[in-house]
Amino acid sequence: MSRSQTPSSILDRPIGRSGRGSGSEGMVSLSAFAYLYSELVQYHQSRVASISELERRLESAGYGVGLRVLELLAYRARETKRETRLMNILHFISSNVWKSLFGKAADSLERSIDHADEFMIVDYEPITSTFVSVPADLGQLSADAYISGIIAGVLEGAGFTARVTAHSVAVEEGEYTKPPAMPNLPPRKDKAVFLVKFSREVLARDAALER
Amino acid sequence: AGTKGNTATPIGHPTIQATQRMAPLHLFIVNKSGGLIHHRPLGPRAPRIGTNEWLRIGSTFHSLHAIAAEASPVRLPGNKNPYGADDGIEKIEAGGIVLCCLQTRTGVKFVITAEPSTPDLDLMLREIYVLYSDCALKDPFYELEMPIRTDLFTSAVDALLERFDSRGTKVR
Repeated sequence: MSRSQTPSSILDRPIGRSGRGSGSEGMVSLSAFAYLYSELVQYHQSRVASISELERRLESAGYGVGLRVLELLAYRARETKRETRLMNILHFISSNVWKSLFGKAADSLERSIDHADEFMIVDYEPITSTFVSVPADLGQLSADAYISGIIAGVLEGAGFTARVTAHSVAVEEGEYTKPPAMPNLPPRKDKAVFLVKFSREVLARDAALER
Repeated sequence: AGTKGNTATPIGHPTIQATQRMAPLHLFIVNKSGGLIHHRPLGPRAPRIGTNEWLRIGSTFHSLHAIAAEASPVRLPGNKNPYGADDGIEKIEAGGIVLCCLQTRTGVKFVITAEPSTPDLDLMLREIYVLYSDCALKDPFYELEMPIRTDLFTSAVDALLERFDSRGTKVR
Protein backbone atom coordinates (compact mmCIF):
# COMPACT_ATOMS: atom_id res chain seq x y z
CA MET A 1 0.00 0.00 0.00
CA SER A 2 1.73 3.20 -1.07
CA ARG A 3 1.10 6.52 0.57
CA SER A 4 1.81 9.95 -0.80
CA GLN A 5 3.23 11.08 2.54
CA THR A 6 4.36 9.30 5.69
CA PRO A 7 1.62 8.96 8.34
CA SER A 8 1.76 11.91 10.66
CA SER A 9 0.20 10.65 13.86
CA ILE A 10 0.32 7.37 15.72
CA LEU A 11 -3.35 6.78 14.90
CA ASP A 12 -2.63 6.59 11.17
CA ARG A 13 0.11 4.01 11.48
CA PRO A 14 -0.74 0.30 11.38
CA ILE A 15 -0.82 -1.52 14.71
CA GLY A 16 2.14 -3.75 15.43
CA ARG A 17 5.45 -3.92 13.69
CA SER A 18 4.95 -4.72 10.03
CA GLY A 19 7.38 -6.78 7.98
CA ARG A 20 8.16 -9.04 10.90
CA GLY A 21 8.30 -12.77 10.20
CA SER A 22 5.77 -14.13 7.76
CA GLY A 23 3.06 -12.19 6.05
CA SER A 24 2.07 -8.60 6.56
CA GLU A 25 0.28 -9.24 9.84
CA GLY A 26 2.30 -7.59 12.53
CA MET A 27 2.51 -8.69 16.12
CA VAL A 28 1.26 -6.81 19.16
CA SER A 29 2.80 -7.25 22.60
CA LEU A 30 0.98 -9.67 24.88
CA SER A 31 1.10 -7.15 27.73
CA ALA A 32 -0.71 -4.53 25.66
CA PHE A 33 -3.43 -7.02 24.78
CA ALA A 34 -3.66 -8.24 28.38
CA TYR A 35 -4.19 -4.72 29.76
CA LEU A 36 -6.76 -3.86 27.09
CA TYR A 37 -8.65 -7.10 27.63
CA SER A 38 -8.53 -6.64 31.40
CA GLU A 39 -10.17 -3.23 30.98
CA LEU A 40 -12.81 -4.72 28.67
CA VAL A 41 -13.72 -7.31 31.31
CA GLN A 42 -13.80 -4.70 34.08
CA TYR A 43 -15.97 -2.42 31.95
CA HIS A 44 -18.57 -5.11 31.45
CA GLN A 45 -18.36 -6.44 34.98
CA SER A 46 -19.46 -3.12 36.44
CA ARG A 47 -22.57 -3.17 34.23
CA VAL A 48 -23.90 -6.69 34.63
CA ALA A 49 -25.83 -8.43 37.36
CA SER A 50 -24.85 -12.04 36.76
CA ILE A 51 -21.98 -14.21 35.58
CA SER A 52 -23.80 -15.54 32.53
CA GLU A 53 -24.58 -12.03 31.37
CA LEU A 54 -20.89 -11.12 31.64
CA GLU A 55 -20.02 -14.17 29.55
CA ARG A 56 -22.65 -13.20 26.98
CA ARG A 57 -21.25 -9.68 26.72
CA LEU A 58 -17.71 -10.99 26.23
CA GLU A 59 -19.00 -13.39 23.58
CA SER A 60 -20.76 -10.62 21.69
CA ALA A 61 -17.56 -8.57 21.87
CA GLY A 62 -15.73 -11.44 20.18
CA TYR A 63 -18.48 -12.06 17.64
CA GLY A 64 -17.61 -9.03 15.56
CA VAL A 65 -13.96 -10.07 15.56
CA GLY A 66 -14.94 -13.50 14.24
CA LEU A 67 -16.94 -12.12 11.32
CA ARG A 68 -14.10 -9.85 10.25
CA VAL A 69 -11.38 -12.45 10.72
CA LEU A 70 -13.23 -14.83 8.41
CA GLU A 71 -13.46 -12.21 5.65
CA LEU A 72 -9.86 -11.13 6.09
CA LEU A 73 -8.36 -14.61 6.04
CA ALA A 74 -10.47 -15.71 3.09
CA TYR A 75 -9.39 -12.61 1.18
CA ARG A 76 -5.71 -12.96 2.03
CA ALA A 77 -5.63 -16.66 1.17
CA ARG A 78 -7.24 -15.83 -2.21
CA GLU A 79 -9.85 -18.49 -1.65
CA THR A 80 -12.28 -18.68 -4.52
CA LYS A 81 -14.47 -21.32 -2.92
CA ARG A 82 -16.00 -21.15 0.50
CA GLU A 83 -16.12 -24.01 2.96
CA THR A 84 -19.35 -25.97 2.97
CA ARG A 85 -18.37 -29.03 4.99
CA LEU A 86 -18.40 -29.15 8.76
CA MET A 87 -15.00 -30.74 9.30
CA ASN A 88 -13.39 -28.35 6.84
CA ILE A 89 -14.63 -25.23 8.56
CA LEU A 90 -13.61 -26.62 11.93
CA HIS A 91 -10.13 -27.36 10.61
CA PHE A 92 -10.01 -23.86 9.18
CA ILE A 93 -10.80 -22.42 12.60
CA SER A 94 -8.46 -24.56 14.62
CA SER A 95 -5.50 -24.00 12.32
CA ASN A 96 -5.81 -20.84 10.16
CA VAL A 97 -7.84 -18.64 12.48
CA TRP A 98 -5.85 -19.68 15.54
CA LYS A 99 -2.52 -19.18 13.76
CA SER A 100 -3.38 -15.71 12.56
CA LEU A 101 -4.79 -14.57 15.89
CA PHE A 102 -2.55 -16.33 18.40
CA GLY A 103 0.50 -17.38 16.42
CA LYS A 104 -0.04 -21.11 16.88
CA ALA A 105 -2.61 -23.74 15.91
CA ALA A 106 -5.20 -24.90 18.45
CA ASP A 107 -3.98 -27.83 20.46
CA SER A 108 -6.68 -30.26 19.49
CA LEU A 109 -10.01 -30.65 17.76
CA GLU A 110 -12.25 -33.39 19.10
CA ARG A 111 -15.67 -34.76 18.44
CA SER A 112 -17.91 -35.53 21.36
CA ILE A 113 -18.77 -39.18 21.88
CA ASP A 114 -22.13 -38.64 23.53
CA HIS A 115 -23.56 -36.04 21.19
CA ALA A 116 -23.16 -36.10 17.46
CA ASP A 117 -23.62 -32.34 17.16
CA GLU A 118 -20.89 -31.33 19.62
CA PHE A 119 -17.25 -30.65 18.87
CA MET A 120 -14.50 -29.39 21.13
CA ILE A 121 -11.55 -27.16 20.35
CA VAL A 122 -8.91 -27.30 23.07
CA ASP A 123 -6.31 -24.64 23.81
CA TYR A 124 -3.92 -25.21 26.67
CA GLU A 125 -2.78 -21.61 26.96
CA PRO A 126 -5.39 -19.13 25.76
CA ILE A 127 -4.06 -15.60 25.93
CA THR A 128 -7.27 -14.13 27.31
CA SER A 129 -6.80 -15.96 30.58
CA THR A 130 -3.01 -16.09 30.94
CA PHE A 131 -2.98 -13.51 33.72
CA VAL A 132 -6.48 -13.95 35.06
CA SER A 133 -7.30 -15.52 38.42
CA VAL A 134 -11.04 -15.93 38.75
CA PRO A 135 -12.08 -15.33 42.38
CA ALA A 136 -14.05 -18.03 44.17
CA ASP A 137 -17.33 -16.13 44.17
CA LEU A 138 -17.38 -16.05 40.37
CA GLY A 139 -16.84 -19.81 40.23
CA GLN A 140 -17.82 -20.90 36.75
CA LEU A 141 -16.81 -17.83 34.81
CA SER A 142 -14.41 -18.39 31.98
CA ALA A 143 -12.51 -15.35 30.81
CA ASP A 144 -12.13 -17.06 27.42
CA ALA A 145 -15.75 -16.28 26.54
CA TYR A 146 -14.25 -13.70 24.15
CA ILE A 147 -12.60 -16.46 22.13
CA SER A 148 -15.80 -18.49 22.01
CA GLY A 149 -17.44 -15.35 20.59
CA ILE A 150 -14.75 -15.24 17.90
CA ILE A 151 -15.42 -18.88 16.99
CA ALA A 152 -19.17 -18.24 16.89
CA GLY A 153 -18.62 -15.24 14.62
CA VAL A 154 -16.50 -17.24 12.18
CA LEU A 155 -19.05 -20.07 12.06
CA GLU A 156 -22.00 -17.73 11.65
CA GLY A 157 -20.25 -15.85 8.87
CA ALA A 158 -19.50 -19.11 7.08
CA GLY A 159 -23.13 -20.19 7.31
CA PHE A 160 -22.92 -22.71 10.16
CA THR A 161 -25.12 -21.65 13.06
CA ALA A 162 -23.68 -22.88 16.31
CA ARG A 163 -23.64 -22.16 20.00
CA VAL A 164 -20.11 -21.91 21.38
CA THR A 165 -19.25 -21.89 25.07
CA ALA A 166 -15.93 -21.76 26.89
CA HIS A 167 -15.09 -24.04 29.79
CA SER A 168 -12.05 -24.29 32.05
CA VAL A 169 -11.12 -27.89 32.53
CA ALA A 170 -8.37 -29.00 34.88
CA VAL A 171 -5.28 -30.34 33.17
CA GLU A 172 -4.34 -33.91 34.07
CA GLU A 173 -0.82 -34.82 35.16
CA GLY A 174 1.43 -35.27 32.18
CA GLU A 175 -1.24 -34.27 29.71
CA TYR A 176 0.60 -31.23 28.42
CA THR A 177 4.30 -31.63 27.89
CA LYS A 178 5.31 -28.45 26.08
CA PRO A 179 7.18 -25.84 28.15
CA PRO A 180 4.90 -22.98 29.28
CA ALA A 181 4.78 -19.95 27.03
CA MET A 182 5.37 -17.63 30.00
CA PRO A 183 8.61 -18.77 31.63
CA ASN A 184 8.25 -16.81 34.84
CA LEU A 185 4.72 -17.99 35.56
CA PRO A 186 3.95 -21.47 36.91
CA PRO A 187 2.40 -23.94 34.41
CA ARG A 188 -1.33 -23.47 34.00
CA LYS A 189 -3.71 -25.64 35.96
CA ASP A 190 -6.60 -25.39 33.51
CA LYS A 191 -7.00 -25.62 29.81
CA ALA A 192 -9.75 -23.92 27.84
CA VAL A 193 -12.22 -26.17 26.03
CA PHE A 194 -14.52 -24.49 23.51
CA LEU A 195 -17.66 -26.52 23.07
CA VAL A 196 -19.26 -26.01 19.67
CA LYS A 197 -22.84 -27.18 19.37
CA PHE A 198 -24.22 -27.01 15.85
CA SER A 199 -27.90 -26.53 15.10
CA ARG A 200 -29.92 -29.36 13.62
CA GLU A 201 -30.24 -27.81 10.15
CA VAL A 202 -26.47 -27.59 9.81
CA LEU A 203 -26.03 -31.24 10.68
CA ALA A 204 -28.82 -32.30 8.35
CA ARG A 205 -27.28 -30.26 5.53
CA ASP A 206 -23.87 -31.78 6.16
CA ALA A 207 -25.31 -35.28 6.16
CA ALA A 208 -27.08 -34.53 2.88
CA LEU A 209 -23.82 -33.32 1.33
CA GLU A 210 -22.16 -36.51 2.46
CA ARG A 211 -24.28 -38.56 0.08
CA ALA B 1 27.13 -6.78 66.43
CA GLY B 2 27.70 -10.50 66.67
CA THR B 3 24.35 -11.42 68.20
CA LYS B 4 22.76 -14.59 66.95
CA GLY B 5 19.66 -14.33 64.79
CA ASN B 6 16.42 -13.90 66.68
CA THR B 7 14.82 -16.88 64.93
CA ALA B 8 14.43 -20.03 66.98
CA THR B 9 15.85 -23.23 65.56
CA PRO B 10 13.08 -25.83 65.20
CA ILE B 11 13.61 -29.01 67.20
CA GLY B 12 15.35 -31.67 65.17
CA HIS B 13 16.71 -29.13 62.71
CA PRO B 14 20.53 -29.34 62.48
CA THR B 15 22.05 -26.21 63.97
CA ILE B 16 23.79 -23.95 61.48
CA GLN B 17 26.18 -21.14 62.31
CA ALA B 18 24.37 -17.82 62.35
CA THR B 19 26.79 -16.43 59.78
CA GLN B 20 26.07 -19.27 57.35
CA ARG B 21 22.31 -18.88 57.41
CA MET B 22 20.98 -17.54 54.18
CA ALA B 23 17.30 -17.70 53.48
CA PRO B 24 14.63 -15.11 52.83
CA LEU B 25 12.24 -14.70 55.73
CA HIS B 26 9.27 -12.51 54.83
CA LEU B 27 7.85 -10.56 51.95
CA PHE B 28 5.47 -7.67 52.39
CA ILE B 29 4.05 -5.20 49.92
CA VAL B 30 2.85 -1.74 50.91
CA ASN B 31 0.67 0.38 48.64
CA LYS B 32 1.19 4.08 48.04
CA SER B 33 -1.03 5.15 50.93
CA GLY B 34 0.83 3.01 53.43
CA GLY B 35 -1.66 0.15 53.65
CA LEU B 36 -0.39 -3.39 53.57
CA ILE B 37 -1.57 -5.28 50.50
CA HIS B 38 0.34 -8.50 50.79
CA HIS B 39 2.45 -10.39 53.28
CA ARG B 40 3.75 -13.93 53.34
CA PRO B 41 6.50 -15.99 54.90
CA LEU B 42 9.18 -17.10 52.48
CA GLY B 43 11.01 -19.77 54.42
CA PRO B 44 10.77 -22.28 57.24
CA ARG B 45 12.65 -20.12 59.75
CA ALA B 46 10.41 -17.09 59.29
CA PRO B 47 8.93 -16.04 62.65
CA ARG B 48 5.15 -16.11 62.85
CA ILE B 49 3.62 -12.65 63.17
CA GLY B 50 -0.08 -11.89 63.56
CA THR B 51 -2.02 -10.01 60.87
CA ASN B 52 -2.57 -6.88 62.99
CA GLU B 53 1.16 -6.76 63.71
CA TRP B 54 1.75 -6.95 59.99
CA LEU B 55 -0.53 -4.00 59.33
CA ARG B 56 1.35 -1.99 61.95
CA ILE B 57 4.73 -2.99 60.51
CA GLY B 58 3.60 -2.04 57.01
CA SER B 59 2.39 1.43 57.89
CA THR B 60 5.36 2.09 60.20
CA PHE B 61 7.74 1.18 57.42
CA HIS B 62 5.87 3.44 55.03
CA SER B 63 6.29 6.41 57.37
CA LEU B 64 9.95 5.62 58.07
CA HIS B 65 10.59 5.45 54.35
CA ALA B 66 9.03 8.85 53.80
CA ILE B 67 10.93 10.41 56.73
CA ALA B 68 14.23 8.90 55.57
CA ALA B 69 13.79 10.55 52.17
CA GLU B 70 13.43 13.94 53.88
CA ALA B 71 16.20 13.34 56.42
CA SER B 72 18.78 12.31 53.83
CA PRO B 73 21.57 14.91 53.79
CA VAL B 74 22.27 14.43 50.08
CA ARG B 75 19.55 14.82 47.51
CA LEU B 76 20.55 13.17 44.24
CA PRO B 77 19.84 15.14 41.09
CA GLY B 78 17.73 13.19 38.63
CA ASN B 79 16.80 9.59 39.21
CA LYS B 80 19.84 7.34 39.13
CA ASN B 81 18.00 4.17 40.05
CA PRO B 82 16.40 2.66 36.91
CA TYR B 83 14.04 0.49 38.89
CA GLY B 84 12.33 2.95 41.17
CA ALA B 85 12.46 6.19 43.13
CA ASP B 86 15.82 7.24 44.44
CA ASP B 87 15.25 8.47 47.95
CA GLY B 88 14.03 6.53 50.93
CA ILE B 89 15.15 3.33 52.59
CA GLU B 90 16.85 0.79 50.34
CA LYS B 91 18.48 -1.52 52.83
CA ILE B 92 18.61 -1.96 56.60
CA GLU B 93 21.31 -4.28 57.92
CA ALA B 94 21.25 -5.55 61.46
CA GLY B 95 22.99 -8.31 63.36
CA GLY B 96 20.53 -11.04 62.61
CA ILE B 97 18.47 -9.68 59.78
CA VAL B 98 18.70 -7.69 56.59
CA LEU B 99 15.78 -5.78 55.08
CA CYS B 100 15.66 -4.78 51.43
CA CYS B 101 13.14 -2.44 49.88
CA LEU B 102 12.23 -1.60 46.30
CA GLN B 103 10.02 1.40 45.74
CA THR B 104 8.37 1.72 42.35
CA ARG B 105 7.51 4.95 40.58
CA THR B 106 3.89 4.53 41.60
CA GLY B 107 4.77 4.39 45.29
CA VAL B 108 4.27 0.66 45.82
CA LYS B 109 7.00 -0.70 48.09
CA PHE B 110 8.21 -4.29 47.93
CA VAL B 111 10.02 -5.23 51.15
CA ILE B 112 11.84 -8.43 51.83
CA THR B 113 13.50 -9.51 55.08
CA ALA B 114 16.13 -12.20 55.13
CA GLU B 115 18.94 -13.73 57.10
CA PRO B 116 22.20 -11.79 56.87
CA SER B 117 24.17 -13.46 54.10
CA THR B 118 21.33 -14.14 51.67
CA PRO B 119 22.47 -13.31 48.14
CA ASP B 120 20.48 -11.71 45.32
CA LEU B 121 17.82 -9.98 47.39
CA ASP B 122 17.49 -7.05 45.01
CA LEU B 123 17.22 -9.46 42.10
CA MET B 124 14.45 -11.30 43.92
CA LEU B 125 12.67 -8.01 44.57
CA ARG B 126 12.80 -7.03 40.92
CA GLU B 127 11.41 -10.40 39.84
CA ILE B 128 8.61 -10.09 42.38
CA TYR B 129 7.87 -6.65 40.92
CA VAL B 130 7.60 -8.24 37.47
CA LEU B 131 5.29 -10.93 38.87
CA TYR B 132 3.15 -8.23 40.51
CA SER B 133 2.80 -6.36 37.25
CA ASP B 134 1.92 -9.59 35.42
CA CYS B 135 -0.35 -11.45 37.81
CA ALA B 136 -2.00 -8.67 39.77
CA LEU B 137 -2.14 -5.69 37.41
CA LYS B 138 -3.29 -7.65 34.37
CA ASP B 139 -5.96 -9.50 36.31
CA PRO B 140 -9.37 -7.86 35.69
CA PHE B 141 -10.61 -9.04 39.06
CA TYR B 142 -7.88 -7.34 41.07
CA GLU B 143 -8.72 -3.90 42.46
CA LEU B 144 -5.77 -1.53 42.62
CA GLU B 145 -4.37 -0.76 46.08
CA MET B 146 -6.47 -3.55 47.61
CA PRO B 147 -5.03 -6.68 49.26
CA ILE B 148 -3.71 -9.11 46.67
CA ARG B 149 -5.71 -12.34 46.74
CA THR B 150 -4.90 -13.66 43.29
CA ASP B 151 -3.85 -17.34 43.31
CA LEU B 152 -1.65 -16.83 40.29
CA PHE B 153 0.54 -14.33 42.17
CA THR B 154 0.92 -16.67 45.14
CA SER B 155 1.86 -19.68 43.05
CA ALA B 156 4.16 -17.58 40.88
CA VAL B 157 6.05 -16.36 43.98
CA ASP B 158 6.25 -19.99 45.17
CA ALA B 159 7.79 -20.98 41.86
CA LEU B 160 10.21 -18.05 42.05
CA LEU B 161 11.37 -19.11 45.52
CA GLU B 162 11.95 -22.65 44.31
CA ARG B 163 14.03 -21.35 41.43
CA PHE B 164 16.18 -19.25 43.74
CA ASP B 165 16.53 -22.11 46.21
CA SER B 166 17.64 -24.68 43.66
CA ARG B 167 19.96 -22.34 41.89
CA GLY B 168 21.90 -21.35 44.98
CA THR B 169 23.93 -18.27 44.12
CA LYS B 170 22.64 -17.06 40.79
CA VAL B 171 25.32 -16.37 38.19
CA ARG B 172 24.91 -12.74 37.11
